Amino acid sequence: MKLPLKSPPWLWLTLFFILGAIYAAFGGTNGADIRRQLNQAIMSDGPEQQKLLGDLADSGSTIVRDVLNAWARDSVYLYAAPDGSKTPVLLEEAQDAKGKARALRILDGLPLQDGKGAELRFGSSELDTADVDMRLRSVIQQTLDSLALSDPDPQARQSAVLKLGNSLKPQYIPILQARRAKEGNAGVRKAMDEAMALLQLSNPDAKVQLAAVQQLGRLMDMGSLDSLKRLAAKPDLPDDVAHAANQTIRAIETHIERVNFFGTIFHGVSLGSVLLVVALGLSITFGLMGIINMAHGEMIAVGAYTCYVVQNLFGTGFGFHIVLPFSLGGKALSFGMHLPGLNAGGWVYEGYFLVALPLSFVMAALAGLLIERTVIRFLYRRPLESLLATWGVSLVMQQCFRMVFGANNVQVNSPSWLQGHFSIHDVIFGYNRVFVVGFAAVIVIGTWLLLTKTSLGLLIRAVMQNRNMAACLGVRTQRINMLTFAFGSGLAGLAGAFLSQIGNVGPSLGQSYIVDSFMTVVLGGVGSIVGTVCSAFGIGTADQVLQQTTGSPVTGKIVVLVAIIVFLQWKPGGLFASRSRSLD
Amino acid sequence: MRPATTKTERWAVAAAVILMLVVLPSLNAFTQAGSFLHVSNFSINLYGKYICYAILAISVDMLWGYTGLLSLGQALFFTLGGYMVGMYLMRMIGDLGQYHKPIPDFLVFLGWSSLPKFWRPFASFPFALVMAILLPGALALVFGFLAFRSRIRGVYFSILTQALTYAACLLFFRNSLLLGGNNGFTDFKFILGYDLRAPATQRGLYIISALALVLVFLGCRWLSQTKFGLVQQAIRDSENRVLFSGYAAGSYKLFVFVLCAVIASVGGVLYVPQVGIINPSEMAPEKSLEAVVWVAVGGRGTLIGPVLGAVGVNALKSWATRAYPDLWLLILGGLFILITVFMPKGLIGLPDQLRALWRRRRGGPFHATASLPGPLRMSCERRRARIK
Repeated sequence: MKLPLKSPPWLWLTLFFILGAIYAAFGGTNGADIRRQLNQAIMSDGPEQQKLLGDLADSGSTIVRDVLNAWARDSVYLYAAPDGSKTPVLLEEAQDAKGKARALRILDGLPLQDGKGAELRFGSSELDTADVDMRLRSVIQQTLDSLALSDPDPQARQSAVLKLGNSLKPQYIPILQARRAKEGNAGVRKAMDEAMALLQLSNPDAKVQLAAVQQLGRLMDMGSLDSLKRLAAKPDLPDDVAHAANQTIRAIETHIERVNFFGTIFHGVSLGSVLLVVALGLSITFGLMGIINMAHGEMIAVGAYTCYVVQNLFGTGFGFHIVLPFSLGGKALSFGMHLPGLNAGGWVYEGYFLVALPLSFVMAALAGLLIERTVIRFLYRRPLESLLATWGVSLVMQQCFRMVFGANNVQVNSPSWLQGHFSIHDVIFGYNRVFVVGFAAVIVIGTWLLLTKTSLGLLIRAVMQNRNMAACLGVRTQRINMLTFAFGSGLAGLAGAFLSQIGNVGPSLGQSYIVDSFMTVVLGGVGSIVGTVCSAFGIGTADQVLQQTTGSPVTGKIVVLVAIIVFLQWKPGGLFASRSRSLD
Repeated sequence: MRPATTKTERWAVAAAVILMLVVLPSLNAFTQAGSFLHVSNFSINLYGKYICYAILAISVDMLWGYTGLLSLGQALFFTLGGYMVGMYLMRMIGDLGQYHKPIPDFLVFLGWSSLPKFWRPFASFPFALVMAILLPGALALVFGFLAFRSRIRGVYFSILTQALTYAACLLFFRNSLLLGGNNGFTDFKFILGYDLRAPATQRGLYIISALALVLVFLGCRWLSQTKFGLVQQAIRDSENRVLFSGYAAGSYKLFVFVLCAVIASVGGVLYVPQVGIINPSEMAPEKSLEAVVWVAVGGRGTLIGPVLGAVGVNALKSWATRAYPDLWLLILGGLFILITVFMPKGLIGLPDQLRALWRRRRGGPFHATASLPGPLRMSCERRRARIK
């Protein structure tokens, strides 16, 4: 395209401004410019210095932040050259043996050199510091605060805005106003509005105060409650402002109650989902098979540790080494193994959880299979003893975890797509909790489909209803037992996989859930999946609500346990008792 | 039916009682340290602890082995008894605690300046003893009444008792209960004016514990031979038939449950002054399960079995936790699996089992294998099928 040479001057002007704006946006704040300005600011003084600093506030540059921070801490030094000229410098953190460090010029970030090109080194007491007085310090602080407002990260911007809003310094209002015009993020804009209104509360003009109070009421700013209360308590407040303030306080308090209520419900539902997935496996082994599997908790731990191992295999590898306290022919018995890792990074590493989920099911199912074949199959007619034998299994497994993975908790990192949260009307929904709820729904539906729509499910139900009759009709009951138990254990493994995302993973992970999950199954009615679902959500929500109202997690738990015991008086078979004409 | 006791058994029990009550304390008191026969103060204290565990084990067995009620909450009653006497012992510290105040140290730490009301009567030893009987008894009465009224039985009963002890454990861990929180009570000084750390006091406590064990043992044996005991065992074997014969099985069960709570509590009362510490971890669900292990190992449905199991397993534990601390849980768990799968009658049933095995080798009749546990019976029946 050929620009007409004789175009009107406004076109050129516009073009010039656009280019200028682009330059300002992308290239204008380059390091050299900023460093020159900083250098100038340090060397000047008085109102000129304040103006220069004010100009730097918009740069959003980390260099400015670091230098200003150092300046406020008295760690910007002035190097006086032999010819009398002064150069502002920073000392590097790395010191040599004599406690001396290289001096970096603020002007270009390069080390100071003497005439022959050798680097000069100084101790911090050998140089004069750049002067800072009270007024300058507050200007620097103000610059730093508004600098944070132009941080590229919206979260950092938002917290900077919050800080300014709570600072009670009205001089930030124009700064916030100026930034608000440029702000692109809606959340930060809202925070800015709140902060400005908060700052305006201390304005002596009653009209401004009233407007600010009303603005806070419109925004439903929960953080402003304290400031509003302070305002309302002032003795010489005009009536209309006091009235508006009280009204806003009431409105915000109701809002907070509502937010807490829904937050508690959501927490209850997510806790219920965890319980549900933990208890579902138990409901199958206990409810359908009549086996009291005290090692169920350890199946959960198997799933969680599988996550840990898979995570390490995607990372730097996994190994363990066990030394037995015996020796054979003078040699200590020990064994161990090391699996090399993929050293994957980025999204491949983040995806480890997708591999870990099915693997945790498989590993726990295999462990369950092993236990069924070696211990439980001898105890089908003795449910009480199955309880005791599986407790033995659980002790052995816990000790094995301790030997392989150590007695301390291990670190399982959530993939980044499970971190963070979103909020609807100030109610916070963590992604991991939302994931747990969704996943529990998938598992319940899957289990229900398996039990009611497949031929395996039909056989399972037949064996559980009448083992002898099923055997007479040619069902291989031993095999069905094996598969059912493995399936129940696999579900526990899945539960462990996502418990690893929301809590600690340690050798006694399962122990903390075993009593709760037994109670869930018993309350729901043994053998009923619907019952387990209802009781899991009921217990989860009741637990969270009681925690909120009594203010202590333990009291809530105790009340829930006692309530379940009392409830079973009224309905001994649980919520959804299976009806049968047979005794026992 | 086997006679309740044979002559040999009677002699063995009498010998054990004499050894426990007379020989061991005399060897502790009248021989010189370092002599071959000497029983150290440490050992006497340790045996005293085992004896308390044996009393707990008998209470578990009266419920499980004789009535068919597997209670996973017996340690709760044991600990409750311990707490009652612990409160008395805390009061006896007086102002010798670290803060030199007339109230227990942890109360000072919590900001109390005078004693809470419910602590006051515990300066009296008889009151503490009465409470140690009443409180566990009342708790068992209420819980048992509710549970048996709604016919909660079998594994449901086990799970509920476990939930009960779990809830109590959580409750006792709280500082606001004013019972010492997770540290519980410790650092006792005097009991009835005697210095608790003096060997003579410890010996006296040991003898009292041993006497209590003998009394509990004889009392339970007497009870199991009465008509009451027969109904109790009938409930274990078939509760429905007992109900249909017109017995109020629930009342029988309630009585046994309360009785066993009190027995367990007596064990706890004797345990605390000897061990010198009581805290809520004693009522954690694992502790009750451990007591069940002792009974299973010794042999349930007998009264010698639990004593044998409690002493044996705890002696093994004392040795293993010192020699192989990492392997103790493996040993306990493994032992438990093996006992439940292969030796359902425990150590006491071992001779019978070996006899049955011997008969099978000799090609005995079919029913000879019926008393064998699962895996052995299966291999045995498979072999028979092959022979045919």
